[in-house]
Amino acid sequence: MENATWKHIHFYWRAGFGPTPEMLGQASRFKPSTFFEAYAAASKKAPAPLLVASNLADGLMNGLGELGRMQSLSEEDRRKQRQQMQAESRKQIRSLNLMWLNEMVHSPAQLREKMSLFWHNHFACRNLNSYYQQQLINVIREGALGSFSSLLKEVSKTPAMLQFLNNQQNRKQQPNENFAREVMELFTLGRGQYSEADIKEAARAFTGWGFDAQGQFVFRRNQHDEGSKTVLGKTGRFDGEDVLNILLEKPETAIFITRKLYKFLVSEQAPAGRIEWLARRFYEGGYEILPLLKDIFTADWFYDDTIAGSLVKSPVELIAGICRILPMELEREEILLLAQRVLGQILFYPPSVAGWPGGTNWIDSSSLLFRMQLPRFIAGNSIPIINLKSDDDVEMGMRINQGRNQSRFSAGATIDWKKVFSAFAGQKQEFQAKSWQQALLTAKAKSAPELVQKFIGKHAEPEKHQAEIILLLMSLPEYQLC
Amino acid sequence: MNIRRRTFLKNSSIAAAGTLLLPQFLHAFGQRQGMPNSSGKILVVLQLSGGNDGLNTIIPIRNDIYYKQRPRLAIERNTALTLTDEVGLNPALSAFKRFFDDGELAILNGVGYPNPDRSHFRSMDIWHSASQSNQYVYTGWLGRYLDAMCSGCDHPTQAVEVDDVLSLALKGERQKGLAFTEVQRMVDVSKNGWFRQLASIQHPEEPMAAYLYKTLADTMSSADYLAKEVRKPQSTPNYPNTELGKNLKTIAGLIMSEVDTRVYYLSHGSFDTHVNQQPQQTRLFTEMNDAVAAFTKHLKQENRFKDVLLLTFSEFGRRVAQNASGGTDHGTANNMMFVGENLRQQGLLNPLPNLADLEAGDLKYSVDFKNVYATVLDKWLSAPADDILGATYQRLTFI
Repeated sequence: MENATWKHIHFYWRAGFGPTPEMLGQASRFKPSTFFEAYAAASKKAPAPLLVASNLADGLMNGLGELGRMQSLSEEDRRKQRQQMQAESRKQIRSLNLMWLNEMVHSPAQLREKMSLFWHNHFACRNLNSYYQQQLINVIREGALGSFSSLLKEVSKTPAMLQFLNNQQNRKQQPNENFAREVMELFTLGRGQYSEADIKEAARAFTGWGFDAQGQFVFRRNQHDEGSKTVLGKTGRFDGEDVLNILLEKPETAIFITRKLYKFLVSEQAPAGRIEWLARRFYEGGYEILPLLKDIFTADWFYDDTIAGSLVKSPVELIAGICRILPMELEREEILLLAQRVLGQILFYPPSVAGWPGGTNWIDSSSLLFRMQLPRFIAGNSIPIINLKSDDDVEMGMRINQGRNQSRFSAGATIDWKKVFSAFAGQKQEFQAKSWQQALLTAKAKSAPELVQKFIGKHAEPEKHQAEIILLLMSLPEYQLC
Repeated sequence: MNIRRRTFLKNSSIAAAGTLLLPQFLHAFGQRQGMPNSSGKILVVLQLSGGNDGLNTIIPIRNDIYYKQRPRLAIERNTALTLTDEVGLNPALSAFKRFFDDGELAILNGVGYPNPDRSHFRSMDIWHSASQSNQYVYTGWLGRYLDAMCSGCDHPTQAVEVDDVLSLALKGERQKGLAFTEVQRMVDVSKNGWFRQLASIQHPEEPMAAYLYKTLADTMSSADYLAKEVRKPQSTPNYPNTELGKNLKTIAGLIMSEVDTRVYYLSHGSFDTHVNQQPQQTRLFTEMNDAVAAFTKHLKQENRFKDVLLLTFSEFGRRVAQNASGGTDHGTANNMMFVGENLRQQGLLNPLPNLADLEAGDLKYSVDFKNVYATVLDKWLSAPADDILGATYQRLTFI
């Protein structure tokens, strides 16, 4: 048993949301395959679904538009009712957000939740119906480590996705055409791998795909175009599932997915041939996700020091990671939503079907300063009032008011420092700074010891001293990287 | 840390051991690499968030279709402020009526883009990035303006957003604008010992870490610059005590301090009036009216109005017909307003949208917004508009 090394920490951040204090001081010797298998095993069980809208009526009404029982109301009353449901739905999506974030922080199935975050971005969907969003995220979480083929098919059939993609763009375009386009461009092949004719033909194949009043996928044969279609060189009387199979048969799909996953888990750039090697194995392995992950997490190159510390943590990864390393009770959980909002990533509210761009896009002067101060804001229970941009999908014309007469507010955070300090319990104070630097930063930070020394100040109590070291290290730019 | 700021700077500049490069932020006090001062022209972009109802802003007071489609919501001819025989202005915009009468207002109708998107986020991103409606672009037109004009700028203060979170519009490939609600926040940042220390150390080699350190150093450099340059004006006229009033006051203060900022960005809203539109739009317009009136008055007092062009836009307009809740739903084309002195063309720049020729109940656009961007970038900011927008858009002639 030893202190976790940079390889441990690097693995924990990429395969999950970083270490907890318990994982720091008592780590067995790092062997990639052992640790990967352990993470895979911890994620084996099917996840308990997240439930906010248990009642169909809860989340259903606003999504489907006209429903039989609403026709008896006047148009104005119908609108009022719809507004109420929409407000309720928005509240539920906020709960869904916090619930899922909570899983990222606490669940032992770190690999599953991390991959769910990847698929949540890949199958980006902005739908204001909480029931549909709940359904979609549970489909994703359940299928996150299985077969991409199955996941693609299941996601494409969710009411969330069908509704979101079919209601996009202007009314002139055929709804199914947009669905076909996004499935090809964003979910499978990527840009430039298909023609407009392919899209039109594929759209014909997707006709009849819909959902019913219970929020279940339904295939309406009488709406389906039974004729022969030619998609990507193949001809037949295809339906939607046939088209998805055609897309999966193309190795370009494996390459597209692999490249995207590589950017999320490894690095923005890959040397020639590496993506192709991984993608070929992914393709030949029948699109099974877990073996692809094993290829990545057990590769020698994954543990190169140019890879560790080379990714910018997304806002959600940053927030979840802070909560993992500083176990805490929060009186005002909204701080977690506020932080997502300020930093530009709110779960369930991607900017578009293309998802969040990531990388350096997360960083500008305001977001960087906020990120660097976030741990201290939480620990010190003092968060400045931030002017939030209006998001009318969330607010529908009514601004959320934080109260400008206050300058700061408190999230009521109680950090379990005892748990935090147990990481290196029994270790001499003079080694603490070094241990914590290794635990918190995978990016090289040569000046960290000097800076900590300079700013640490005198603390009579050893606990305050250790807490201060931790907060200073978390206030370094390097803490934004993993 | 007890070292006073000036002493610290002085000592840093002559520090021998280990410091290979002069810390970035010191350039603020030496030679400034910056933008060519394009005759001091300043652009203020006022974003009306949520999709402002254009038809109740610039009102077709003689159009039967307007009154038929909006029995509750239409603004009566004698309630509207008269601009011309055919065109009225929302009654809450009395200052804008004065601008119109004095030749300081230009109105462009029917501004939009092909294949419009009716989702707030998408449409706003399209306006911010100047992308096509089926493209996903992660940089903004003003960010790319910074990229084009400001390579190697030591403190990117040339585009400022008066907000706490930076919009896509001001994010470039290499440069990003600066966002703050109050100059004091930047002054506080400039005094933060931790940030100062970090900004002064040598950048790491690793590209991602280097990017973070550079962003921090640029931020500190900008904060220092603002802390030094911004002076409290001799006499500050009254601004309305609204968020917009405060933000325009902040902008005026920066303009008077002669900082090198060329573009200011701010937003007002929400104009997403699905329900009970009239009071909400009236309130927001009253705030806008009073704030912009105070702003222009202040600029005129200080003889700076001639340097400033203010433009308003919204991510889409709203449908022609009212809905059943006293409001309107998401639409398409909308108008833009331009306030300034010495406009080459004033008043209505083009005809009102044709309410008899709709696209499924929505207005058809007649001017692509990218033409406006091209015009402003080229003629007002002297920037390479075609490079920034990725294509050539015909310039308009109002400036």
